Amino acid sequence: MNNPNHNATLLNATCPACGLLCDDVKLGTSPALTLQNGCTKGIAFFEQAYKSPVQASPMLHGKPADLDSAIHAAAEILSRSKRPLFAGLGTEVLGMRSISSLAKRTDATLDHLHSNATVHNTRTMQHGGWLTTTLAEVKNRADVILAIGTGITDSHPRFFEKLVWNADNLFDKPTPEVIFLGAQNPGTQSLGAQDNPDHTATAPDGTEPTIIPAAITQLPEIINALNALLNGKKPAAGHIAGIATNTLAALADKLKAAKYAVIVWSASALKYPHAELTIQSITQLVNKLNESSRAAGLPLNSGDGDTSVNNVSTWLSGYPTRNRFNHGVPEYDTYHYSTEKQLQECDALLWVSTFNPHLPPETKAPVIVIGHPGTSLGATPDVFIPAGIPGVDHAGQMFRMDSSITLPLKKLRDSSLPSLSEVLGKIEALLPAGVKA
Amino acid sequence: MITLLKNGRIYDPAHHKNGVVEDIYIRDGRITGKPAASEKIGQTFDLSGKVVMAGAIDMHSHIGGGKVNIARMMLPEYQQKQAQEIKGLSEPEAHICTPHCSHHATPTATDTGFRYIEMGYTAAFEPAISPVNARQAHLEMGDTPMIDKGGYAMLGNDDYFLRMLAAKKDQKAINDYVAWILHATQAIGIKVVNPGGINAFKFNQRRLDLDENNVHYQVSPREILQTLSRAVHELGIAKPLHVHCNNLGAAGNFATTLDTMSASSGLPMHLTHIQFHSYGTEGDKKFSSAAAQIAEALNKNKHITADVGQILFGQTVTASGDSMMQHLNARHANPKKSVIMDIECDAGCGVLPFKYRDQNYVNALQWAIGLELFLSVEDPWRIFLTTDHPNGAPFTSYPHLIRLLMDKTFRNDAFSKLNLDAQAMSNLTSLDREYSLYEIAIMTRAGAGKLIGLNDRGHLGAGAAADITVYTDQPDREAMFAKPDYVFKNGELVVKNGSVVKVVWGVTHTAKPAFDMGVEKDLKDYFDRYQTMQLDNFKISDDEIASDGHGQVVVHHNSKE
Repeated sequence: MNNPNHNATLLNATCPACGLLCDDVKLGTSPALTLQNGCTKGIAFFEQAYKSPVQASPMLHGKPADLDSAIHAAAEILSRSKRPLFAGLGTEVLGMRSISSLAKRTDATLDHLHSNATVHNTRTMQHGGWLTTTLAEVKNRADVILAIGTGITDSHPRFFEKLVWNADNLFDKPTPEVIFLGAQNPGTQSLGAQDNPDHTATAPDGTEPTIIPAAITQLPEIINALNALLNGKKPAAGHIAGIATNTLAALADKLKAAKYAVIVWSASALKYPHAELTIQSITQLVNKLNESSRAAGLPLNSGDGDTSVNNVSTWLSGYPTRNRFNHGVPEYDTYHYSTEKQLQECDALLWVSTFNPHLPPETKAPVIVIGHPGTSLGATPDVFIPAGIPGVDHAGQMFRMDSSITLPLKKLRDSSLPSLSEVLGKIEALLPAGVKA
Repeated sequence: MITLLKNGRIYDPAHHKNGVVEDIYIRDGRITGKPAASEKIGQTFDLSGKVVMAGAIDMHSHIGGGKVNIARMMLPEYQQKQAQEIKGLSEPEAHICTPHCSHHATPTATDTGFRYIEMGYTAAFEPAISPVNARQAHLEMGDTPMIDKGGYAMLGNDDYFLRMLAAKKDQKAINDYVAWILHATQAIGIKVVNPGGINAFKFNQRRLDLDENNVHYQVSPREILQTLSRAVHELGIAKPLHVHCNNLGAAGNFATTLDTMSASSGLPMHLTHIQFHSYGTEGDKKFSSAAAQIAEALNKNKHITADVGQILFGQTVTASGDSMMQHLNARHANPKKSVIMDIECDAGCGVLPFKYRDQNYVNALQWAIGLELFLSVEDPWRIFLTTDHPNGAPFTSYPHLIRLLMDKTFRNDAFSKLNLDAQAMSNLTSLDREYSLYEIAIMTRAGAGKLIGLNDRGHLGAGAAADITVYTDQPDREAMFAKPDYVFKNGELVVKNGSVVKVVWGVTHTAKPAFDMGVEKDLKDYFDRYQTMQLDNFKISDDEIASDGHGQVVVHHNSKE
């Protein structure tokens, strides 16, 4: 990356690389790619995008083909299919509208590539609900931030720069105290604000975060102990999951004393069965705190448009992913409609990944890939249609991680790549009328 | 092409037509005068004996936006159960449903449009768009076919406004901000929910009375209502400030509601879902009807309008911007779950499923209070038929509600099955009033269109959009209003015998009063320093609404006369 100030023209961009959806990003493309207000993920995203061609040929069985032929071939596969699986689903709002429409027409099953993580959050919300907050509330109100099982910056690099170390806030609050509980690599990501790779969750004024190490799999025990402490119970044991009970008691007191405590977690970090039970325990912490003071949860998303896809799917079908259409009627099942399970059942796979060149899983069924123009396919799919990258090749609408905010993605370059919606619209138009309706 | 609707019985209160038999001509989607004899009539519908009204307008229904989608997302088991029940449903379900009604509190965007048009409704207004969430609300409404849409933007709990108020900025600056919000959010009105209270909840206040100060800003709900109602009035927006009062759902809150009527110093205000704000504290259970006091005050205060927010029995979900009161009420959730959010220094939300039961004292009395209000408020131009969908009941229960209003025997029969203690605390059976078709047409058409400022909707005069509903006059008003013979949208036949025959897409109604663009200077600074998005991205362009090829923004100019 060069010094961006040397660039004559900078493009205002909204960066879809993570759920923070930073819209203060300015992109220079000449002579080299530069990014103002960028981060490691943003830079990687735009570099990958700009390395990819603006003109790319669709492929049929590995051989170049024109777009019309590819679309006809895809429509042919879907018309023959009785149980297609639409997976990946790396797209934004407008793309998901088209996916949903085509899915209804073809009785498809829908699963997003990050559902393994996301369903832990949705199931928690569906089971007991939760009390959550959004980014501007964190920025202006949070005085204590507890990050559970996540260092935050790996997945959301500018979190601290934008929301924690902000010089301005509405209520003259101090810089929040940050506590990492069982975080993997807290602050190992270079954040730019302070060039100190070992202590990058260190505030610009030198304040160190508190780090309470713990194995991810011990989080359930630790969070239950915190709940007990908040409910006035004193565990007899001196240590819980290797952590001194006093340390946890001090943490509970800190949360209680906070004016606005924010508890951050990342479902994708909780890689063990029934992680939704841990998330439920976290939401109980928040509920308990709110009996006397204010606190809120903040679930981090996993990426590739997961928040957009689940919101759009919900208002169009009534359900987030994992869902399907059965004779046009929407159905929901987070267990059975997983990509993993459906790969054994499906007779066609439509794999969509427009933000990143993620590869489709292996299957014996015919495969259609509509994806990032930089996708380098290993196994040869029946149909590959390179599509425009949302927020680079065409405009779009995208949900931020906190769901409350939807922002426009901008078209940044001239491109002859069709958008996902254009491709799917044409495929749908070719399907026989009333197919399986 | 000219379409002739021949010999219908016209109920068009905007033109004082109360069942007169007349012909209606439609040309290019609009109602027109009688064409010259030389002009060819393209098609004729013989409506002899049929009841003809303008398309109905729902002036308060949560049809799109974050909390509606949260409600959908958090209740998959409810939707699955509904889907099962619909399959075996042929007769109207005892309490509420019609054969068409899935009695679904969380319909998809598509179903929302279909269920509305099937009942003869041609427009619905989302009453609680939080400005930061407006884009989502419009995306969902953009996917809602058949009907026109619009919304009210929420102010009065946003830190920007409260800072202005605390800093005693002059009214002109406030007006500019309010107008800017209308433009930026593509809304047609301004709403305030629990004035100051949602914000106060973020500072750990748990209740806020009308004259109590928000601890941080040291401003009261009364000041917020005064300032916002004045802004709306001075900007010349037709739709009066839409007010969800403080203390929603709390026993004894009628006093707050009565006081609120005076807060605008005589300027127009609309008090929404007033049933939820008409509770006294009498009786053994310290929960009683204050409908009589509220109705009396409404009858006296001509500057106040209200919609009822009737509850009907069954499973639904309450989705509100009122995070403060929803957090307090979360213990009543059924099933027991709640989603509460603090949103972006702008708003809040609280979503909890709710099951109203006729044998529950409070629920039964809530049902009676709503009907007492309907029957005791004298002027049908100032009271509107709503269930605060989905909060009191799904909008699909309107035909049932209309029958309760029009049919005293039906009403009293239903009342006699309620919780006995609740029966003892209500004077409902002493209210003999039965609404007429003309009055129903006022509440659901002419009055609603006038209130919102839709000059070409809600009536059947020449020049009006040809949104027209045709019913068969039946003694069973529920059956009648559940299944119109015909519905015309912009002159096109879209529903026949209660079923959609053509899919169309309505417009988005907005109001865009003039303002000083200088307001953006301070806003830009505020956004750069405190918000987490760029000012320019906060604003929703006309193109965004039209971009999918379905939508269109219509601006209503409603300068004061």
